[in-house]
Amino acid sequence: MNALTIQNLSVTYDKQYALEDVNFSIPEGSLTGIIGPNGAGKSTLIKAILRLIPTISGEVTVYGKPYKKQRSLVGYVPQRSEVDWDFPTNALDVVLMGRYGHIGWIKRPNKKEVQYALDCLKKVGMEEFADRQISQLSGGQQQRVFLARALAQDAQVYFMDEPFVGVDAATERAIIKLMQEWKEQGKTVLVVHHDLQTVKDYFDHCLLLNKKPIECGPTSDVFTMDNLQRTYGGSISFLGNNQVMMQGG
Amino acid sequence: MSYSAWIILTGCLVGVTCGVTGALLVLRKMAMLADAISHTVLLGIVGAFLVTQSLNGVPMLIGAAIVGVLTAVMVQALDSSGVQSDAAIGVVFTSLFALGVVLISFIGDNVHLDVQHALMGEIAFIPWDTLTINGVDLGPTAVWMLGGVLLLNISIILLLYKEIKISTFDPQLALSIGVPVVFIHYLLMTMVSFSTVASFDSVGAILVVAMLIVPGSSAYLLTDKFGMMLILSGVIGALSALVGYGGAVLFDVSISGAIASATGLLFTLCFLLSPKHGMIAKWFRRKKMQQSV
Repeated sequence: MNALTIQNLSVTYDKQYALEDVNFSIPEGSLTGIIGPNGAGKSTLIKAILRLIPTISGEVTVYGKPYKKQRSLVGYVPQRSEVDWDFPTNALDVVLMGRYGHIGWIKRPNKKEVQYALDCLKKVGMEEFADRQISQLSGGQQQRVFLARALAQDAQVYFMDEPFVGVDAATERAIIKLMQEWKEQGKTVLVVHHDLQTVKDYFDHCLLLNKKPIECGPTSDVFTMDNLQRTYGGSISFLGNNQVMMQGG
Repeated sequence: MSYSAWIILTGCLVGVTCGVTGALLVLRKMAMLADAISHTVLLGIVGAFLVTQSLNGVPMLIGAAIVGVLTAVMVQALDSSGVQSDAAIGVVFTSLFALGVVLISFIGDNVHLDVQHALMGEIAFIPWDTLTINGVDLGPTAVWMLGGVLLLNISIILLLYKEIKISTFDPQLALSIGVPVVFIHYLLMTMVSFSTVASFDSVGAILVVAMLIVPGSSAYLLTDKFGMMLILSGVIGALSALVGYGGAVLFDVSISGAIASATGLLFTLCFLLSPKHGMIAKWFRRKKMQQSV
């Protein structure tokens, strides 16, 4: 079964296409890396799917139904730089925000919800930082708080926007472990990813994107040099042993 | 109640109403939009007067809310079509305010509404403009209006606490879980417009900005909790009114001016002395670190 299907999705900035007629589907229980050069529209794709930015066309279905009806099945981890970490709140409170979609309008989080959020913090090894003001956390710790919040959302389909940027090795491992757990639970994860070296290790599916999907499918089939050349144009070279390096940033 | 007691009560209500609402603006980094709205609501007030021929509270609130939201919409529209955001605020706010100033000229001298009054307000006149229903004197109109707006603002914040908080901290996540972020934005702009109109008679368009922005900025330095910041901001607003009134009586100066100055004074104290974010505490922490190295 497909967890996510995208049809005819297009986004424009001024007169240029940021995304042009994107069509693909993602099977349930897969870990998909969204790969492409800078400006390929990777973050834009996630935001367009989640209706955070205006689209000119496109249909998004989650488990066979329109996204609008399936919001509670979808979890989102934005780029860490997109929120104000000086906001007066603590780690636990941010994780609790992941429960807001379940709590519903107007109602306040009860003890059960607070406990749930605490458990999520524990799962990412951050329970001792629950009361810590969020600006007092390191980059890796902030990313873990975001992970805990995603856990708290208890979604079926997760979108993560560059979760590995600026984090320490321990946090990177924590993210990988969590993604694996989600996969084992039959959840579907899509990750905007930059580091081509780790694609084969982290993801079983790939979406190669450059304004349009170049290829989408199992990593072993689509993560080939030929396809990468087509995605990145000339700005890529190879170091033998299937190692890939990007040129010029 | 005595004349000065009414003035103190009015000042405190201005402080709390603007303080609580303004703290949200500070967190959303929209302080300058508050500046714009506090001026453009003049157009709403004048417009409401020209339509109803009275300085009645409710039409004024409605007029101000319309123009306040219009200001926010126009700024947003210019901003997203490529005008620099500070220029967008500057263009919208001066044009709408100027239109208000032009329209004021059509209002006769017998009506208590002029540019001087709109800019500066005069809290000393507040106790004389009383609300009378069926011949019963219920006290100053401004107190009722401020009280009503305060009650409304606090009810909205309490009801939508969670939604306001998440759409302020992380609007993207808020949108993705279906929180009406845009609606909350304009609801907040309406609250700011209401607070401004209710405070207009007392402190005027310029000083109301101080009441909206400064207590919130002070509270931001004192706490790391969202709810606590809103409460502290209201308390600091009220405290400014008390300190300001005391200063005005002591030195025989403008009351509204002294109240706004008091917000600045309290901010300076917070800026220097706040245990966590104050300059002095930071300086000591740095010294301590240097010694331990």
